[in-house]
Amino acid sequence: MSPGLRTQVGQLARRSVLRTLRQPAQIVPALIFPLFLLAVNSGGLKDATNLPGFPTDSYLTFALAVPFMQGALFSVMNAGTDLARDIETGFLNRLALTPLRGAALLSGLLAGAVVLGLVQAVTYLVVGLLAGANLAAGFGGALVLVALAVTITVAFGTIGLFAALRTGSGEAVQSLFPVFFVFLFLSAMALPLNLLQTQWFHDIAAVNPVTYLLEALRSLLIEGWNLGQLALGFGIALTVLAIGMYAASSALKTRLVRT
Amino acid sequence: MSTAQPAGFWTIARAVAWRSVRIFLGNPAFLLPAVIFPLFFFVSFAGGLSAVANVPGFDFPTGYTAFQFVFVLLQSAAFGGVFTGFGIARDFETGFARRYLLAASNRGGIVAGYAMAALFRAIFTAAILTVIALLAGMNIDGEGVEIFGLYGLALLVNIAATMWAAGVAMRVRSIQGGPLMQFPVFLILFLAPVYVPLALLSGWIHAVASVNPVTAILEAGRGFISGDPTVVALALGIGATLPVLFALWARGGLRRAEAAG
Repeated sequence: MSPGLRTQVGQLARRSVLRTLRQPAQIVPALIFPLFLLAVNSGGLKDATNLPGFPTDSYLTFALAVPFMQGALFSVMNAGTDLARDIETGFLNRLALTPLRGAALLSGLLAGAVVLGLVQAVTYLVVGLLAGANLAAGFGGALVLVALAVTITVAFGTIGLFAALRTGSGEAVQSLFPVFFVFLFLSAMALPLNLLQTQWFHDIAAVNPVTYLLEALRSLLIEGWNLGQLALGFGIALTVLAIGMYAASSALKTRLVRT
Repeated sequence: MSTAQPAGFWTIARAVAWRSVRIFLGNPAFLLPAVIFPLFFFVSFAGGLSAVANVPGFDFPTGYTAFQFVFVLLQSAAFGGVFTGFGIARDFETGFARRYLLAASNRGGIVAGYAMAALFRAIFTAAILTVIALLAGMNIDGEGVEIFGLYGLALLVNIAATMWAAGVAMRVRSIQGGPLMQFPVFLILFLAPVYVPLALLSGWIHAVASVNPVTAILEAGRGFISGDPTVVALALGIGATLPVLFALWARGGLRRAEAAG
């Protein structure tokens, strides 16, 4: 990275991080809401561990992977809404008058998502472990878990950037929330894939990438080191990241031409 | 010379309700979440958790789809009320609610109008949810009066949630009060026996669910759909009391809004 590009990314990253940290309305729901659902679901579905084939005797451990995915969904909204606000207020137009590179803009904007993803992942993990969840992969597994969670958060954040650049509207980005929830709901979120009895639901969950992201996160909590599942999880997250960045870069070019 | 008569309570209520219903039906941004979110929950719970019916001690012969349908029906009814509260807050932000307050001779009619619109939302969503559930193969073992009881409970929940959200909206008078309207309703719904019957819960969630008023309503609803009515008097008592209590809360909010000008 050239010094000029590094400076550009650094300045925008600093702004993005500060803006994220200064908005409790972005951070608090992204922390509280997934933890509340974790508490309720792990209490209400405790008996599901009695089902033959359930991979662990602790539903809390099984369910602990879900907040990481919910946190990533908040990242779509937060990253997208921040950029949409920059578009709505004309800040992006002012940036367009500077020699700023598109790559610097997008990378800098994602810095806020990285910080939020890190705060979320550490909080979910610490709260989960304090509540009695297991971490079969140990301390090294915790580091990999956080790394995977942050990668997923950033990957989903690029989709938020793309949506913001395409629509230029914070309201339109917010309306994407239910769409992304479909992916979470139609996955092996509440039960493992082998225990999804409704055939059509099982078929959808089996082709839903979110299922494999959840399984990668869960493998560290329940099994220990399952390199195949981890490789699949990181592979999917990085693929989403690459596609999201490409789409956002294309949308940025189009928007800058428009302005 | 004739003087115009001030509009009565029901005239005002009908006018407010008609406008709110038109906004709801005419704007996909309001219509789609109201319909899609309950369907997501229903599909996720009934489809993704059907194996929970095999948990030892789970005894609900009508099936897990019907078991979850009752929860999602009550949830969609409650959120129909909450979303109406969002509409009230938005009307205050845009200044439209102040015009209502200036124009209406009987301001209670404004709140009644919003409540009528919320009932429409609840019935609209419940109708779609019921059709989808039946298409998905849901069994209904209850008979006419019992099914009427189930939907009656849902409408009482809708009125209670509307009055709660209206009370918040008229106090805060900004959409920023949205989380305050939404989160307590979400909390009380999910602290009931959502996935399994109360008897199968244990630990803190059992203790909380045992004293949660929504639990009785949920269990009565599940009793109605399975043709085995249970805790009906308690559920109807709670279902009738909550709207009255929250109507008083909403009236207090209206007084605050009037005082704020």
